[in-house]
Amino acid sequence: MSTITTIKDKAQELGAATQDALQPVRAAALAAFNQLGVPAVKHEEWKYTRISQLFNQSYQLGVDLSNTDATWQTFRLPEYETANELVFINGVYNPAVSTVRSAGLVVLPLEEAAKGEYAQVVSKHLGHSGKYMKDGINALNASFLVGAVFIGVNRSTEIEHPVYIYNITDGRAGNVFAQPRTLVHVAANAGVVMVETYGSIGVADHFTNQVMEVVVEQDARVEYYKVQNDSNRSSLVSTTHFRQVGKSYVHAVTISLNGAMVRNNLNMVMEAEHCDSNMFGLYFTSGSCHVDNHTIVDNAKPHCLSNEYYKGILDGSSTGVFNGKIFVQQDAQKINAFQSNKNILLSDTANVYTKPQLEIFADDVKCSHGCTVGRLDEEGLFYLRSRGVTEASAKSLLLHAFAIDILDQIRHDALRTYVDQLISERLGT
Amino acid sequence: MLQIKDLHAGIEGKEILKGINLTIRPGEVHAIMGPNGSGKSTLASVLAGRSDYEVTGGSVDFLGKDLLELAPEARAGEGLFLAFQYPVEIPGLSTINFMKTAVNEVRKYRGQEVLDAAEFLKLMKEKMSLVNIDKNLLTRSLNEGFSGGEKKRNEVFQMAMLEPRLAILDETDSGLDIDAIRIAAAGVNAIRSKENATLVITHYQRLLDYIVPDFVHVLYNGRIVKSGGKELALELEETGYSFLKNEMNIA
Repeated sequence: MSTITTIKDKAQELGAATQDALQPVRAAALAAFNQLGVPAVKHEEWKYTRISQLFNQSYQLGVDLSNTDATWQTFRLPEYETANELVFINGVYNPAVSTVRSAGLVVLPLEEAAKGEYAQVVSKHLGHSGKYMKDGINALNASFLVGAVFIGVNRSTEIEHPVYIYNITDGRAGNVFAQPRTLVHVAANAGVVMVETYGSIGVADHFTNQVMEVVVEQDARVEYYKVQNDSNRSSLVSTTHFRQVGKSYVHAVTISLNGAMVRNNLNMVMEAEHCDSNMFGLYFTSGSCHVDNHTIVDNAKPHCLSNEYYKGILDGSSTGVFNGKIFVQQDAQKINAFQSNKNILLSDTANVYTKPQLEIFADDVKCSHGCTVGRLDEEGLFYLRSRGVTEASAKSLLLHAFAIDILDQIRHDALRTYVDQLISERLGT
Repeated sequence: MLQIKDLHAGIEGKEILKGINLTIRPGEVHAIMGPNGSGKSTLASVLAGRSDYEVTGGSVDFLGKDLLELAPEARAGEGLFLAFQYPVEIPGLSTINFMKTAVNEVRKYRGQEVLDAAEFLKLMKEKMSLVNIDKNLLTRSLNEGFSGGEKKRNEVFQMAMLEPRLAILDETDSGLDIDAIRIAAAGVNAIRSKENATLVITHYQRLLDYIVPDFVHVLYNGRIVKSGGKELALELEETGYSFLKNEMNIA
């Protein structure tokens, strides 16, 4: 039986066994997945990221949490002692090892949130990303929808400590396929910092297909960081879908340092006037690592500002993909949308595919885009070496200098230091 | 200290230096003057080890070592410093961080203890006042958005930090107004000593009003065609290079 058939059967079985408030969403998603299937190479959005090859092997799908031990703790982020820590093991939220500390932060199993106080929020926003991600992989996540989490940030609350989300896969019993799912609701005038990271336990093939949907209400502020430094046998599709439903501020930084095949979908849907959003990214890859950043900025209303800046350093036989879509709808006059992607190739066998894609239907807007692909600056290298700096140190100084304007966008100090450390280790300094 | 013998070098198969001979001893200040295209900057680049240039003949001895065999960083370690005509802008790297790495790598090369943060700061403060440079400039990205004068002052500051035996100033006066030249020259003079030598490469005589040379050489068409004392620079200022060209043609 093919892996995809097994997955479909499992989803079917799950649906039959779980008659809860989320079942209609699962059923619809499964129907969509049946129709769409796994994106193939001919699918424009997946041209360079051959996700279908990840379905050529079998995975464990049943989730056994009984083997959860303390191993996940090796992936903890700095200052975790005071942070809120949400742990997903093999795609399922594990409350036993998770900690919610901050006042005003609500964490509930999604199926519970779907029938209580947050029922309306859930029914209104869950699955919204499907409108933007018209491919089977997003539907596949929703067709499981088990062990999913609802995160609520109460009105007018500034969550004091960051929310760390650990997406852990435990492959000690064999290859693992995990599908974490989160719905976040940041109420009016609230503020929160969220950090997602990924970790693999055991030597097996790990495949995570993650979806997070974030709803940002009027005057709310969200800082969102993704730090990816997983193993060479861990693949990831990570979709983060922001919906700015009121005038609000989102600041997102995606750092990708390792993994087998990594695909990030970051969507910023600006549905209110005067929304402000930043999307920054750094990918620093080597070996055969493949990192693909697909972003969408959808301007539906006037007077919004989006600022997007991704930088890549590619070594070895690694591959980088950047695709930045900006939609400016007819009503979205007076918006500003900036986009830039810069890449440095360190080897002859590294590749980068970069593509800005702007679709503008309004006539009074300011949009810019640009991309560069180059080598390390020889002139700069000679300048540093002429001051006594060895070639290796000069290279790492130049690469660090290249990365710094993205690193500086990490406003959470402990996290920035942590990422900087990872990069310095990679640079050998 | 520096002994250049019959040095031939070029770029992309085109010979630019056609047999340079030059000896510099400790404590001396030499100036190399010459019209555009005579090979002045090529000589500076070859001495500093820029890889675009190919040495096709001759030798360069620096403090007993075969300079041409050394990597650029090793030349710096041995005590050679080139102040660039066009200092490179490096966004994201501050002069302070750059110098922290450079000073310690040079110290390692010279077999000296590396400086800790406090010692480095002390050295930096001392050199800052010596060359009269503002700290704000040093915390900014290296040369990015600097004026011409700020860039050259930054070069002189780096020179002070690295304490070279031989400093080569490549057209340090180019693009500077007279005040900026005076400030840069004052910095260079402040770090001169009996043990160290300076090689000033310039098109115009005016820098030599402030950094007074012991010897002046005229470079023309890849060769040193005339050498003399500081009065040679004044003579050139009056007559221009055309006079020399004529003299050469007659000879």
